[in-house]
Amino acid sequence: MRPEVIMGAGAALALCVATIIAPWATVMLTIALAVGLTVLGIVILLRAGQISFGHGLYYAAGAYTVAFLVNARLSLDTLVLIPLGGFVAMVIAIAFGFFAVRYRDIFFAMINLAISMVAFSLLEKLYHLTGGGDGMNVARPTLGGVRLGRVAFETWMFYTTLAVAAVSAFLVARYLASPLGKALEAIKSNETRLEYLGVSGNSALHIAYAVSAALAGMSGAIIAIVTGHVAPEFAYWVRSGEFVFISILGGSGNVVGAFAGSIVFEVIRNYAAAFAASYWQTILGLSLIAIIMFAPDGLTQLRLRRKVRP
Amino acid sequence: MTESLVLEARNLRLSFGGVKAADDASLAVKKGEKVAIIGPNGAGKTTFVNLCTGYLVPQSGAVMFEGRDITGVAPRRIARGGIGRSFQLPQLFLDNTVIENMLLALAAREGIWQAWTPLERHPKRDEMFDLLGVIGLAEVAQRPVRELPEGMRKLIDIAMALALKPRLIFMDEPTSGVSSKEKFAIMDTLIKALKYNETTAIFVEHDMDVVSRYADKVAVWSGGRISLEGTPEQVLNDPDVRKNVIGV
Amino acid sequence: MFLQTVLLATLDGLSYGAQVFLVAVGLSLIFGVLRIVNVAHGSFYAIGAYVAASFGLLLAASGLSPWLSYPAMALSAVLVGVLLGGLLEVTLLRRIYGKEQVLQLLVTFAVFMIFEDLQKAIWGVSPYFVNTPLSLLGTVNILGINYSLYQLVVVPAFAVVVLLTLRYVLRSTRIGRIVTAVTDDREAAAAMGVDAAKVYLLTFMIGASLAAFGGALASGSTSLVPGMGSGMIILSFAVAATAGLGRIEGAAVAALMIGLGRSIAVYTAPEFDVLVPYLIMFVVLLIKPQGLFSVPQTRKV
Repeated sequence: MRPEVIMGAGAALALCVATIIAPWATVMLTIALAVGLTVLGIVILLRAGQISFGHGLYYAAGAYTVAFLVNARLSLDTLVLIPLGGFVAMVIAIAFGFFAVRYRDIFFAMINLAISMVAFSLLEKLYHLTGGGDGMNVARPTLGGVRLGRVAFETWMFYTTLAVAAVSAFLVARYLASPLGKALEAIKSNETRLEYLGVSGNSALHIAYAVSAALAGMSGAIIAIVTGHVAPEFAYWVRSGEFVFISILGGSGNVVGAFAGSIVFEVIRNYAAAFAASYWQTILGLSLIAIIMFAPDGLTQLRLRRKVRP
Repeated sequence: MTESLVLEARNLRLSFGGVKAADDASLAVKKGEKVAIIGPNGAGKTTFVNLCTGYLVPQSGAVMFEGRDITGVAPRRIARGGIGRSFQLPQLFLDNTVIENMLLALAAREGIWQAWTPLERHPKRDEMFDLLGVIGLAEVAQRPVRELPEGMRKLIDIAMALALKPRLIFMDEPTSGVSSKEKFAIMDTLIKALKYNETTAIFVEHDMDVVSRYADKVAVWSGGRISLEGTPEQVLNDPDVRKNVIGV
Repeated sequence: MFLQTVLLATLDGLSYGAQVFLVAVGLSLIFGVLRIVNVAHGSFYAIGAYVAASFGLLLAASGLSPWLSYPAMALSAVLVGVLLGGLLEVTLLRRIYGKEQVLQLLVTFAVFMIFEDLQKAIWGVSPYFVNTPLSLLGTVNILGINYSLYQLVVVPAFAVVVLLTLRYVLRSTRIGRIVTAVTDDREAAAAMGVDAAKVYLLTFMIGASLAAFGGALASGSTSLVPGMGSGMIILSFAVAATAGLGRIEGAAVAALMIGLGRSIAVYTAPEFDVLVPYLIMFVVLLIKPQGLFSVPQTRKV
């Protein structure tokens, strides 16, 4: 884990420097880091060889939780809203998990897709509750008890997100190295043996599912606060597909990859939106195929596994 | 009477689409016994193991373990209850190292939920190295299983089952894929390990040298049932068995 | 009034179920043989619809008989299935058969995204509506409701024809037997000397054609908009999963259940019409985890 810590710390420092040199990139980097949290959740599931095409649901759950709470004028602080978003998403995931974790591979992916599409259409149709297709605006909450101006708020949200990302990355790395995390790898490589060791693959996956949803929920909460807006598209499956895409881009080998992938993605998207908006999905699709065919370990190409001693 | 029996399979029946995989199969095994299951190739000896360990559920009949009915119980509960199993084709976590495979087995036994310590700092790491040493695998402990030959995988598979310290272990052809020179050495080691934990063992075997040397009792699986059981001398000298199973 | 609603819902459900069936059965067939859930399957549906609509416009412009729009539908389905489907199988899918299911899913997802852009590039984003097939046949009055003959008869009839043909081909012809053999036990089929590559290609083209045909039929009565493929892939997956992936006749039953369920919701609780197919799927899968018509399978250990 040592090299990961150094790499992570170095990357965090580089990001801080980047926002000082180029303040215009602050919001973009904040969004990238926040999205990286969802991707981190996807990476956990990837350890078990599972992908969810429906994590947009948990991302949206976190975002809408914030939107509802802010619009209810409860004057909750950002530092309360973010964990609450994660909590609500986790509760939904625990409930739905009883159903979803009975499945693997294609079924797991597609059942997640189906539930997220249910959420998407509900968010769109229950107009009086959710604002329908237009979504809802989210007024800027206080941060650490202080009401900040736009620029200061954006700067401090960046640091807040960076902190959340760092703590999450550390905890997830620890989780993945623990027997509980290793059991996920066991689900991928041989679930029959896992069962015969007395471990329930479903339970191990259920926990991973809840953790990954909590991360996605916090991620959505941060996005809602930073962008000041939530919309049903948060739960749309193409969004979920993007999360999976980024996780493949970054590689599932380590936790830093999730954020690296997400920053690369966000930067490219910002430029692609300007130059090739109508071919954005084509770019994504082609690069996804290229990565799977030629670099299945992702961008970082680093693996947690120790080097083999001869 | 049931008290002294570790395992009792009572009249197990199972058929898949008209094919009778098990047809009134019964077997009783006493504590500390080493029972060899032999039978013609393709007779489905593994089916019997699958039925006793929960992988398959009999349509009728019952499996009793230490007097408790475990019919229809999930494999993982049966495993936690004290029945270990090794496989004909080793079932391992190929991407993990040998020691990680062993520690995962252990973590399960300890209750995985308390486990927050990284696997590589597991307190029982040394104990697992010792167990690997006993079966001669200490050298490769840090290598990913994927890189190891089939014979070694077979041993790791058994070692993982043993790490759980089961009271009863099923071994599905423990010496297949092992060179004939090594098979007695391996069986000696296994038997020693079994004795140490007072483990009762049921093993499927096709090597009659191994059977006659290590089994206390031999059961013949044929036609979906135990068609004959007795001491190795009795069974291995039975004319039917000699003709249909041993092939002489 | 109540009776009318019930009737209307039933007819709508039949017509809708028939369309979904065509797409879902293709998905299921492909899964049965190739073991791939093709996310781009919805794109074949959408592209089939667009191609059929383009043919319709072409016919109208050239002054040929509008009745030709029916053969044009079949033609566009075959074109899309054979050309686009074949191209996809040969260039891409062929290379990923040995990979993990998850990666296969991702590759077809990538193809789906590319196809989405492709549709927008060719047909733009404004809705298409070519209702020649619909208006040609006119309407019929049932219990005081005007119902289009196209949706009442043509669409379900085509679905039934496809179902019966598939049944016949799979059960009674040599190629069908081979496909069934591969679906049931691919190792055994390979051992028997079946040329898997050919079977895969053929199956994929047929499956893709069925989706495109579903789209072509839809183009006769609905307006075509970008994104129509994505809704359909999820829906047809729900149908295929409810039936049990790979089950052909089951897909028909599940499509009817889901079609009827949805249309009942359209008339009684319109906010929830999108939900109903998934609710049906969830309920079925809770009771029978592998789908209604699945055959139990255990892995050899």
